[in-house]
Amino acid sequence: MSRPDQKVNRTPLIVFAWLWVGIPLLYGLYQLISKVTQLFTG
Amino acid sequence: MALGFLDRSRIVAPAGWSRWLIPPAALSVHLAIGQAYAWSVFKPPLEKYLSLSGAQSALPFQLGIVMLGLSAALFGTRVERNGPRWAMFVSLCCFCGGFLVAALGVLTKQYWLVVLGYGGLGGIGLGIGYISPVSTLIKWFPDRPGMATGIAIMGFGGGALIASPWSTEMLQAFGVAYDNVGRVVSVADSAIATTFLVHGLAYAVFMSVGVLLVRVPADDWKPAGWNPANDKAHALITTANVSARNAIRTPQFWCLWVVLCFNVTAGIGILEKASPMITDFFRETPVPVSASAAAGFVALLSLANMLGRIVWSSTSDLVGRKNMYRGYLGVGAVLYLAIALFTNESKVLFIVCAMLILSFYGAGFATVPAYLKDLFGTYQVGAIHGRLLTAWSVAGVLGPLIINAIADSQKAAGKSGPALYTTSIYIMIGLLVVGFVANEFVRPVNAKFHEPTGEKVTQ
Repeated sequence: MSRPDQKVNRTPLIVFAWLWVGIPLLYGLYQLISKVTQLFTG
Repeated sequence: MALGFLDRSRIVAPAGWSRWLIPPAALSVHLAIGQAYAWSVFKPPLEKYLSLSGAQSALPFQLGIVMLGLSAALFGTRVERNGPRWAMFVSLCCFCGGFLVAALGVLTKQYWLVVLGYGGLGGIGLGIGYISPVSTLIKWFPDRPGMATGIAIMGFGGGALIASPWSTEMLQAFGVAYDNVGRVVSVADSAIATTFLVHGLAYAVFMSVGVLLVRVPADDWKPAGWNPANDKAHALITTANVSARNAIRTPQFWCLWVVLCFNVTAGIGILEKASPMITDFFRETPVPVSASAAAGFVALLSLANMLGRIVWSSTSDLVGRKNMYRGYLGVGAVLYLAIALFTNESKVLFIVCAMLILSFYGAGFATVPAYLKDLFGTYQVGAIHGRLLTAWSVAGVLGPLIINAIADSQKAAGKSGPALYTTSIYIMIGLLVVGFVANEFVRPVNAKFHEPTGEKVTQ
C-alpha cells in the first residue's frame, strides 16, 4: 500500500478508464456515421 | 446504516487522485443505462415471439422512463447522503437485474415479468444511475461544471448508439432472423432470453468499473489555480447552499422546471417524427427523401443530440447558463419558425435547422445540473436535479402527444406534406417562447432559503 506522501503514477489507470468507455463509444459512433451516409447516398 | 465498501467515507480520494478518472467512471454508468433508448430494437422480435401489439411491446420502455423520473425524484436525497459508489452499485443491481428478470419473463412467456423487470426494476436503475455522478462531477470540476456534467449526460445519448447495433447483432447471433427490409421472419426459442441474459451480465461488468473508480474529493480539495471568487463575477453563481427540500419552494426551481419541460417537449416534437417528417416535407418536390435516406436523417439527429450535450454544455462554462438557455429557447424558436416559413424550399436548410434544434434539446439536459449548481450550490444538487427530472417525464408524454395527435388530425382533414406539421411547429414555437420567458425570471435565490453558514453542511 502506498504511503500518503508517495507520488503515485495514475496515468495507466487514466488511460485504461478512458479506453474502457471510449472504445464502445467509438464503435457506436462508427455505426452511426455509416448510417448517416445513407442520407446523402440513399 | 453501515454501507461498508459502498459508503461515501470509504471513497474520499487520497491526495494526488486525478479528477480525470471521474468522467469515465460516470460514463461507464451513463453509457450503460443509455441503452434504454435502444429498446425499439427488441420490439419486433418480442411482438413476433410473444404475439404482442406495438403498444404492448412499448410498455417496458414507457414504464422505464416513468420510473426514471420517479426514482430520481424519490431517491435523490439518499443518493446524496450515501454517495456515488452506493448509487452506482444500486443502479447496476437494478438495471442489470431488470434484464435478468426480463430474460426469465421471455423464457417462461410471462410478459408481465418483462414489463416489471426491464421497466420497473430497470427503470429504478435508470433514475438512480442518471443522477448518481452529477454532484460528484460538479464537486471535482467546480471550474468547469458544464463540461463535466456534459460528458456524463452525453454518455446517456451515446448509450443507445452502442446498444442499437450491438443488440441487433446479438439477437441475430442467438436466432432472430430478419428479411432484407429488416422485418423479423422467425425467432428461435431462447434467442431473446439469452440476449437479455448476456446484456444483464455484460452491462454489470461494464458498470462495475465505474463503481470501483468513483471517488469524492476531500472537503478542502479544490482544483489547482482555481479561485471561487472569480466565479462570483457571474451574478447567478452562489457560494451558498440550498437543500433539496427548500429548493422546490423557490420560484427559481419551478422556472427551470418549465424551461426544461418545454425545451425537451420542443426537441421531442422533431425526434419523435423525424423519419416521416422529412419524407412528408419533400414528398412532392423534385428531391424526395427515400426510406434509407430518412434513416440517415434520424442518425444525423442522434449525432447532433449527442454533440450538443458536450459542446453547448461546455460553452455554458464560458458564457453563463442563463445566456445559453436564451440561445436554446430563443434561437430554437427562430429555427422552428424558419422550418415553418420555408417548409420544403431547401433540404439543406431543413436539415441544418433540425440538427441545431436537436443539439439544443440534448444541451438542455446537459446544462441543467450546472445551472442548478449555480443557483442552489453543491450541497444537494444531485437531489435537486432528481426532482427536476419530473419535467422530463411530463415532456416525454406531452411532446409525442402534441405532434402525433395534430399530424393524425391534419391527415384526416385531407392535408399532406409540410401542412401536416405546421400547427405542431407553431405550438412548439409557443412553448419555446414560454420557456424563454421563464428563463428570464431566473434570479439569484433569496437568502432565506440558504443553509446556515455558521455550521458545517454535512452530506
